[in-house]
Amino acid sequence: MFQAKIYVTLRKSVLDPQGNVVRKSLFALGYDNVPEVRIGRYMVVDIEAADRDAAEKQVRDMCDKLLVNPVIEDYTFELVEV
Amino acid sequence: MKFGVVVFPGSNCDADCLHAIKVVTGQPAEYIWHKAGSVEGYDCIVLPGGFSYGDYLRCGAIARFSPVMAPVIEFARKGGLVLGICNGFQVLTEAGLLPGALHRNKNLSFLCHDTYLRLENNSTPFTTLGNLGSVMKVPIAHGEGNYYVDSETLKQLEENNQVVFRYCTKEGEITPEANPNGSLNNIAGICNEQGNVLGMMPHPERCAEEILGNTDGQVIFKSLLAAWQRRCG
Repeated sequence: MFQAKIYVTLRKSVLDPQGNVVRKSLFALGYDNVPEVRIGRYMVVDIEAADRDAAEKQVRDMCDKLLVNPVIEDYTFELVEV
Repeated sequence: MKFGVVVFPGSNCDADCLHAIKVVTGQPAEYIWHKAGSVEGYDCIVLPGGFSYGDYLRCGAIARFSPVMAPVIEFARKGGLVLGICNGFQVLTEAGLLPGALHRNKNLSFLCHDTYLRLENNSTPFTTLGNLGSVMKVPIAHGEGNYYVDSETLKQLEENNQVVFRYCTKEGEITPEANPNGSLNNIAGICNEQGNVLGMMPHPERCAEEILGNTDGQVIFKSLLAAWQRRCG
């Protein structure tokens, strides 16, 4: 069994309204050294697969089809055997 | 002309759409459950507003894989008339029938108020009875209506005249202040290249009767009927 830890973030070119508000709030708390905050989504997906290659291929398929909208989002993932 | 209004789990403007279509056009309209395997017999499919599948993952992302969407996509590819309103617009972008994406409103608020729209293209079947450049008052109700698309596609949209509605002032000026949600180029509604698929965030079905104090939304339903009659009647 494998576990994919998938990080989905807004693409660099897309304005992140949530991140902006959080950055301003951090600034108000005294963190004046934070030029940018980007907020994303974290998903943990368990996969039953024969081997790592198969699991990795499936994760990419899942991301491309459903988990990520490539128009506005990017993703990275880590795959661990559990 | 027969209209079909798709009902996803979480749709909540389906009854309003069905009612508005019947009252404004006098034509038959039926609900289509999201598990339907076919949309045969319909001349126009409407994807209504709401929160399909609770807006889980992303707005419209799960609904896009509902069983009914395969025949809706086929219907659209063959030139069938498809209108997506609010959540319906989000489903259409997720399904790839329209370019771009709707993401979080720039000010993070759920916005529920009237907006003014300028009609930018009256050669689509959805707007054929409207006057180019005319201003309509149509309400919005969304948290994620901030239209985004990459700059290359945006250029194509503009060049192909696919921007159908833009947020504007009461006088019809396109200003940043008139843009409620941060949409690129004040975009409120777009069509596909062929013009048979329209997605819009504002709700024409909520302003299509005298009793509601505003009939500006009627033009869309009347245009659809006129376009269909010209084609088939």
